[in-house]
Amino acid sequence: MKYLLLIHQGDSPTPRSPEAWATLTEAEQQAVYADYQAINQTPGVTPGLGLAEPETATTVRVQDGKTLTTDGPFVEAKEAIGGYLLFEADDLDGAIELAARIPAARLGGAIEVRPTVEW
Amino acid sequence: MVDLDRVFRDQWGRVVAAMVGFLGDVDLAEEAAQEAFAIAAERWPRDGTPTHPGAWLVTTARNRAINRVRRDRTLAAKTRLLQAAETWEGDVEPTTFPDERLELIFMCCHPALALDAQVALTLRTLGGLTTGDIARAFLVPEPTMAQRLVRAKRKIQAAGIPFRVPRDHLLPDRLAAVLAVVYLIFNQGYGGRSELAEDAIRLGRALAELMPDEPEAHGLLALMLLLDARRAARFRDGELVLLADQDPALLDAAEIAEGRTALDRALALLGRGPYVLQAAIASLHADEPRDWAQIAGLYGELSRLTGSPVVELNRAIAVAEADGPEAGLRIVERLPLDEYHYLHATRGELLRRSGRTAEAREALLRALGLVHDPAERGVLERRLTELERTAPGA
Repeated sequence: MKYLLLIHQGDSPTPRSPEAWATLTEAEQQAVYADYQAINQTPGVTPGLGLAEPETATTVRVQDGKTLTTDGPFVEAKEAIGGYLLFEADDLDGAIELAARIPAARLGGAIEVRPTVEW
Repeated sequence: MVDLDRVFRDQWGRVVAAMVGFLGDVDLAEEAAQEAFAIAAERWPRDGTPTHPGAWLVTTARNRAINRVRRDRTLAAKTRLLQAAETWEGDVEPTTFPDERLELIFMCCHPALALDAQVALTLRTLGGLTTGDIARAFLVPEPTMAQRLVRAKRKIQAAGIPFRVPRDHLLPDRLAAVLAVVYLIFNQGYGGRSELAEDAIRLGRALAELMPDEPEAHGLLALMLLLDARRAARFRDGELVLLADQDPALLDAAEIAEGRTALDRALALLGRGPYVLQAAIASLHADEPRDWAQIAGLYGELSRLTGSPVVELNRAIAVAEADGPEAGLRIVERLPLDEYHYLHATRGELLRRSGRTAEAREALLRALGLVHDPAERGVLERRLTELERTAPGA
């Protein structure tokens, strides 16, 4: 089965906010890079594209045929998606194991595991 | 004359498990199992009971499912049954067909399902309870329970929750989840609905049999049996009877013996997990006179394992029995359980025994202010009256 893993950064430090990133030791920072690299090289993983900060998002709705755009993500910036990847796994246990290896999951964020549907 | 209800209770879980393994779909599995039991109810009284009732039921359920899928191609497309049906040949070896109940229980108690859904699914698929039975046991309207089961089954299918015993590195956590579900079912029953306690014990027996090397599985079975043995002693004229006041003659000796056998097995496997420890404590409570020092020691071990202040409170009670009320009070005074009525009730009792009547009265009143259950209120009120009577000067 193919799963979409949505990475919610939550409070987890990323290099995008240097202050938060600096709260990690150098070894922890290296581990984050190494873990993401290892995940992207795991068989079955299709890495997602990099995403710019949630603040750069534009949210689009159509009402009565009129396109409405608002500044910012659909959910609050703190809850916005920070990244994603696709994973072909035998079953949910395989997807959960991979999700648990994503650094954001242990640093204050969370991973949403969504099964995909083949049409 | 075969007791069909008994066969149903004994075989339902195995037949459903075999069908889920075969069909990959819980709804279809339940339907096929139901059909097989209906055919058995019609034929067995007439033609005699087959030598291997379980294998007969599985074979019949399988054949029914295959016929149904052959008639219904859309159904076939939804399951992996079609290929299986083409390759399926002949009868199952009656004595060797695999028991897949473990796969089923790990699927039903998967942590990706909500706890109430885990409980309902386990009772439905392994316990053979109807949706109505489960709804009544958990005081939920039947449509709500039906909805809960439908949603859980849909998630199993859509999210790919595996029908499999978890791999070794996942097993300890997953087994703990399964045991917690069974114990939750037991406690729902222990409060009064005795059929649920029986269902839980039956599930516990199956787990101990299916995982003979897991001490905690034997520990849970032992604990449930030793607690269930007190069923008749726990209530007198509809009122709750405290452990210390229970009549030993009302204990179920057969259940205690079976519980102790399971406990011995767990201890022989070097089990020292939370269920094994609780079962060991329950076993000591069935002795007269009680070995309070050993009970206190086991509570200490359980407390270190769980970090639970409620366990510490129980340890304090045992320590008070072994070393006197002041020793118990020293533990009670440092517990962060100010909103917990048992803390104040226990404190009141230990203060009374130390002769500190005024403080005891205050503690009991504090407990009374926190408790809502009428039976528990009754117990506290009786103790307050007792206190006034025996110490009129207070």
